Amino acid sequence: MIKLVSLSKHFGKTVVLDGIDLTIEKGEIVVIIGPSGTGKSTLLRCINFLEQPTSGTMTVGDLTVDVNRATRADILAMRRQTAFVFQNYALFANKTALQNIAERLLVVDKWPKEKAYQRAREILEQIGLPDKADAYPASMSGGQQQRVGIGRAMAAGAEVILFDEPTSSLDPEWVEEVLGLMKQLASEHQTMMVVTHEMSFARDVADRVIFIDGGRIVEQGPPSEMFQNPKDPRTKDFLKKILATNPTK
Amino acid sequence: MDVLNVEYMLGLVPVLLRYLPLTLQLAGIGMLFALILACLFAVVRVLRIPVLNQLTIVFISFFRGTPLLVQLFLFYYGLPQLFSALTVIDGITATIMGLTMHFSAYMAESIRAAIVGVDRSQTEAALSIGMTNGQLMRRIVLPQATRVALPTLMNYFIDMIKATSLAFTLGVTELMGATQKEAAGSFLYFEAFIVAAIMYWIVVELLSKLQNYLETRLNKAYNR
Repeated sequence: MIKLVSLSKHFGKTVVLDGIDLTIEKGEIVVIIGPSGTGKSTLLRCINFLEQPTSGTMTVGDLTVDVNRATRADILAMRRQTAFVFQNYALFANKTALQNIAERLLVVDKWPKEKAYQRAREILEQIGLPDKADAYPASMSGGQQQRVGIGRAMAAGAEVILFDEPTSSLDPEWVEEVLGLMKQLASEHQTMMVVTHEMSFARDVADRVIFIDGGRIVEQGPPSEMFQNPKDPRTKDFLKKILATNPTK
Repeated sequence: MDVLNVEYMLGLVPVLLRYLPLTLQLAGIGMLFALILACLFAVVRVLRIPVLNQLTIVFISFFRGTPLLVQLFLFYYGLPQLFSALTVIDGITATIMGLTMHFSAYMAESIRAAIVGVDRSQTEAALSIGMTNGQLMRRIVLPQATRVALPTLMNYFIDMIKATSLAFTLGVTELMGATQKEAAGSFLYFEAFIVAAIMYWIVVELLSKLQNYLETRLNKAYNR
């Protein structure tokens, strides 16, 4: 379970997150939508401590931290509970697909080599790239790289996987395979928070859709309700614009 | 033009070869210390550690901004005059000190640039899976920075090997000093110095081969 209590993030005088309260159940798939620059990515980055939140408390699994009192050990522990999938994949360029996935098991969890690589191979099977074990990121397509990026996040065995616009950098031809893998993960009840503009994914896969604007949660609900009867005028306006360019088919 | 005295040249080869090890030692030890110092400077600069950062900037500026020969004379002739305890510094030590400081100043900047050049998103990815800063440096940043910095560092090493020839001005009999003595005895200056030149050349060529090999290995991950 994830619980955020009045989580805020200021960059200087700019308020990017303005007191977010949010509870996510284990196995829940939450899709976060909203206009650009409204704090969606920052929210995910704060949960992973890639950004230091300004105030609030966060609970992930059995770990609760007051962000202002978070020690270095708290931050590491929180990062280990939360895996991150990056928009630009961010694979380790000096490591093969297999090593990218095994890295966390070897270095952070201190698994013995054999066990770590065996687990990494299983994950390569799951993400449909068993023949790419020894391929370096530079030799893979964007879609394959992002699947390895997701594989790396899966290896963590994390409480939640945070997806930050995972298909936004992809050529259109690779989007489906990445969304397909995410659907597969969702069907295995992996807790997921996904920032995306893929409205069809939100409609088909999400348990809950959250609309964020101006650093606040404006409206949230099951996708059917959010897409068919949005209540807040800002949600209506945003959905009208985005569905015009990115229909749910 | 007189004919080249080939016999003299061939006879000189084994004589001069005895001094090659000292030349290589000066460069090898100088390179080792210069690398260590350069890495420390680079980390100080990247992390902008207060006070140390400013001191490093001044140090780098001085040792890049003045000729190596001037620095060598400062260490060998100058410092002992100021501090009598430093009269124990012999020519070899002064040469190594000079080479270390001079080349560390240059290398620090290329190492710093290579570290800064590693894709920021990979740093975030490493942190996101819970790596510590040390693990991040050791496993992700430094291996990639090494690849970027290697060609320039090898160039500096080659430059340093040639710069050891300045040690003869401090009375050190390395390859250049020995050649100078032999030439002064035989008056066959061209023969003597061309033999020395070829020896430097061969050493540098061998190093270039090593550089190519290392670059190919380190580039393995980046071939499409």
